[in-house]
Amino acid sequence: MSYQPSPLRLQREEARRLASRRSTWLALLSTVVVGVILILVVTGSPGFARVRETFFSAHYAWKALPQVLSGLWLNLRVMLIAEIFVLIFGLLIALARTTKSPVLLPVRLLAAAYTDIFRGLPLLLVLLLVGLGIPGLQISWLPNSAVLLGTVSLVLTYSAYVAEVIRAGIEAVNPAQRMAARALGFTQTQTQRFVILPQALRKVTPPLLNDLVSLQKDSGLISVLGAIDAIRAAGIQTAQSFNFTPYLVAGALFVALTIPLTRFTDWLTRRQDRARQQQGQW
Amino acid sequence: MAGKILEIKNLRKSFGQDLVLADLSLTLPEHSVKVLIGASGSGKSTLLRCVNLLEAIDDGEIFLDGEDISAYGIDPDVVRSSIGSVFQSFNLFPHLSVLENITLAPRHVHGKSKMAATNEAMELLARFGLAEKADQYPDLLSGGQQQRVAILRAVINRPKVLLLDEVTSALDPILIAEVLSLISELKTAGMTMMIATHEMGFARQVADELLFLHNGRICEVGDPAILLESPKTPELQDFLAALRGAGRL
Repeated sequence: MSYQPSPLRLQREEARRLASRRSTWLALLSTVVVGVILILVVTGSPGFARVRETFFSAHYAWKALPQVLSGLWLNLRVMLIAEIFVLIFGLLIALARTTKSPVLLPVRLLAAAYTDIFRGLPLLLVLLLVGLGIPGLQISWLPNSAVLLGTVSLVLTYSAYVAEVIRAGIEAVNPAQRMAARALGFTQTQTQRFVILPQALRKVTPPLLNDLVSLQKDSGLISVLGAIDAIRAAGIQTAQSFNFTPYLVAGALFVALTIPLTRFTDWLTRRQDRARQQQGQW
Repeated sequence: MAGKILEIKNLRKSFGQDLVLADLSLTLPEHSVKVLIGASGSGKSTLLRCVNLLEAIDDGEIFLDGEDISAYGIDPDVVRSSIGSVFQSFNLFPHLSVLENITLAPRHVHGKSKMAATNEAMELLARFGLAEKADQYPDLLSGGQQQRVAILRAVINRPKVLLLDEVTSALDPILIAEVLSLISELKTAGMTMMIATHEMGFARQVADELLFLHNGRICEVGDPAILLESPKTPELQDFLAALRGAGRL
């Protein structure tokens, strides 16, 4: 017996097709309307000609590009190195905060104090304290490079955030998992390593990547210590010409750097949501 | 004469003011199967959790194969590695495939090579009709399949005793049958087991001895057929009447 779709089904499908076509048109229309209004408001403003010249000058953009790019290369290296250390320290601090061993109470307290302090302190303040304070001590064997101290500040601040994200993941794993592992004879450490952490890290990958995106853009703040990164390079160009386009160039480059990671985070979140939906876990 | 695998002497356990196990004693000979029945809260689960040291006991002693595992200074991890435990909510590790779930403890607790553990696991899965599920993740399995994998995950370690805590309570009747037939096969193979269950038909079929728990005490003990047909104590009579009323007997 071959299946013949009933007229009812065809009718329903036709109605659905119409509805979906209508929403496509509506979306298109509203986008065009909003776009046109925005363009009219901005270009019609009295100062538009001057703003365009100071912020969107193709000439200055082109001129500043090589310097800004070479500054960005520094940002890129700082980001990557900071990200590696942030993930390592964040994991260690999270583990320290979730241990139950009485011997490790001081470690647990220290870790708690650390996350409290560094999540509360503005990054700019940490940069100034570390970047200016440590060289100020004049201890000969301590480093005083702006790049190095800037990276240390980033690691200090972001490790605290990442530690909290990972800790949330560890605590979100069903306690029955721990019980099942212990019942099989796994030690605390083995349970953590083979059963709890793999699940915890999977759960928190999207917020973790989100923190890394934030770290990437904040790598631009090391310019306050005098490191010649993309923002500093743009600032130098601006100071020479009184044209702000180089800042915009730097900004565009930062966005370009973070977009792959943000897209990847979105994609991962959507995939996890779908998986959860399929299992009916809402 | 087979030896005593498990011997419990005057086990006492309370949660706060609640006395859950009141000076309970029992022995479990090798290759025997004891089934615990009783209302929810009668102490069945707590008894099993005390035996695998997931609960600290208040008083009494527990001997596993002659060794006092309730003694001070015993390493609970070592004790648990020779006891198999399966729970109502299967608790498979969701990030690992079926095969990885089964081989994790043999490899990391019992020091087997990956090859040896894998071979053994595949043999076990094949024997119980789960070979084609080896590379799947637990999410994609039915409840009955998940529970059977959970049992094999415990069995592969060749435990001295297997503790099954209401392993069919989360399953529908068809899936229950799958799990129960696996347990019957384990009994045939000589596994020593202590089982808490609400499935009276299964209890009658698999138990060498039935223990009826009431308020943390063993209220009545005996041959399953005799106990279920002609209960002596009013407590067991009430319990069976309640089950019959609910259509569960």
